[in-house]
Amino acid sequence: MLKQYPTLRFILQRAGWYLLTFLVAVVINFALPRLGSDPVDIIMGQNSGGDPAMQEIKRVSFLKEFGLAKLDDKGEVVYDSVTNAQGVKERMPVKKGIVEQFTTYVGKTLQGDLGSSFQKYPKKVTEVMGDAVPWTVALQLPTIVFGWIIGNLLGALAAYKRGTFDRVFFPMALLFSAVPFFVFGMLLVYFFAVQWGMFPAMGGFAADIVPGFNLEFFGSAAYHYVLPFFSIFLISAGGQAIGMRSMGIYELGTDYIKYAKWLGVKETRILLYVFRNAMLPQLTGLALSLGAMVGGALITEMIFSYPGLGMAMLTAIQFNDYPVIQGVTLIITTCVLIANFTVDILIAFLDPRVKAGLQMGGN
Amino acid sequence: MKILKNLLKSPMFVIGIGLFLGTLFLAFLGPLFANMSLDRVASSYAPPGDGLLLGADNLGRNYVALLLHGLRNSLYVGFLAGIIATTVGTLIGIYGGFKGGIIDDILSVTTNLFIVIPQLIVLILISASLKDGRSLTLIAVIIGATGWTWSARAVRAQSAALKSRDHIALARINGDGTFAILVKHILPYLASYVFMVFIIQIASGILSESAISMLGLGPMDTQSLGIILNDAKANGALGDGIWWGIFPSTILITTIVFSLYLINTSMEGVFNPRLRRE
Repeated sequence: MLKQYPTLRFILQRAGWYLLTFLVAVVINFALPRLGSDPVDIIMGQNSGGDPAMQEIKRVSFLKEFGLAKLDDKGEVVYDSVTNAQGVKERMPVKKGIVEQFTTYVGKTLQGDLGSSFQKYPKKVTEVMGDAVPWTVALQLPTIVFGWIIGNLLGALAAYKRGTFDRVFFPMALLFSAVPFFVFGMLLVYFFAVQWGMFPAMGGFAADIVPGFNLEFFGSAAYHYVLPFFSIFLISAGGQAIGMRSMGIYELGTDYIKYAKWLGVKETRILLYVFRNAMLPQLTGLALSLGAMVGGALITEMIFSYPGLGMAMLTAIQFNDYPVIQGVTLIITTCVLIANFTVDILIAFLDPRVKAGLQMGGN
Repeated sequence: MKILKNLLKSPMFVIGIGLFLGTLFLAFLGPLFANMSLDRVASSYAPPGDGLLLGADNLGRNYVALLLHGLRNSLYVGFLAGIIATTVGTLIGIYGGFKGGIIDDILSVTTNLFIVIPQLIVLILISASLKDGRSLTLIAVIIGATGWTWSARAVRAQSAALKSRDHIALARINGDGTFAILVKHILPYLASYVFMVFIIQIASGILSESAISMLGLGPMDTQSLGIILNDAKANGALGDGIWWGIFPSTILITTIVFSLYLINTSMEGVFNPRLRRE
């Protein structure tokens, strides 16, 4: 049916594939936290201080919210009396079956309802994340995209020039790619913030500024942006440069380049050919490493106490705030999947080989 | 032997293996010379000096002892996770690539599914659910069990390419079963490749451990380079400019990972003649 529109068919195929991956991610997100401990026990064990009666109300509302407890006709949690070692009767909520829990979870997730935060109750998980997502996107998207572009350009140059440039550049790039994100972030904080006081050590903007659409806020945010930006940018650029360098060396040894050189084609033009052909596997590489990059960048956010998802996750972990942990992991996975999908589509449009394959009816 | 000779000609390999052996020596011979006690011996964040080569942490514990414990544990986690990830990845990749058909499809789909879901996310979800009893070994097993995907993908491509070679067909005619062919005729071709995968898996195992330790979800009641770093950061070492709390462990992590990358890259250069320097 879609034979006439090979590109569209390809896009639909990929979309279907990523939808499947998303569903698996949802299952993982549901199942893994239930591996170690029962969520009902966790909720019953939550103690955020204050009036015991209020605590009880909070716990019960959580059990209802997450579809964990059985409810009677009036929508109240059904209790089960348990006798413990001292012979004291305790009221324990009756659990729903695992299948029922799962359908509730999927249903609510698809509606965009991820429940409330334990720690910041009654704030919704989606609100907690809504505050953090813009910071993370503003930090990670440009660092990864620019890191990719600059890294590839330098890598191609190293492959083409070889000689001294390569001999200095390559070990440097290797060192940068080997430095863990958070280590590099810490070094930057230590020197540029603590020792030399050139940039702020933490936060996304100065503490005395109220976020809003004004010059003061954006100026402060840009100032706080410098160190986190460089700590992610340099490392992802280093990794890309290494990949591009070996791809470039490989391309330069191919017959078509030798032939072009022999024909006297201009250097810049040859470089362009090499770059174009070597870039595509690099794009695929980017798609594959996105997950690891985003993970590393999240840790970097924590080093800088940047108000993004990494920090939200760290706080949630410290407070055993399960709903937020699960929400953050789900949103990150979703973003990574969307980014991957975008790269796939880009490849389909950029790579003449994929296009030709599509038009011939292959996949 | 010839391979080793070629490798030793590469300065990158020599530096890499030198650094790596250096950290191994430090981890295993260091405890023979240093005082390994983790008792309080000084004031909080006592600076280096007074018999404390690298000062003390916020609890007044000797940093040299902490680092030696941590280094050994980090290496242990890295190796164990690396072995698990490489073994699982190689088995899945080699079998799927060679078998083809529906089995390959299933294995490939599974691999590709888990490749795009960030490993750190899965690690966080598992570790956060394990409230207690997160030992070094358990963390290593989890890292290994979640990190096999890309090695499976890489090995699969190699195995699939070997499948149609003549000597495989001859072995078939000879009556060899799948298992025998895999072990006798495919694995030897992939050995160097699998070894390179293993090197990278050790590095990523060490990195993963320190990453989740930085989140406070690492092994409990023990030391590792990531835990030392996390403790230092959580107790204000970074903001107060306590360099002896931050630098030694960061340098150790980076040295291990960098040396492993150097070894891997130099091996790639030897096995892939095109990358060799003229």
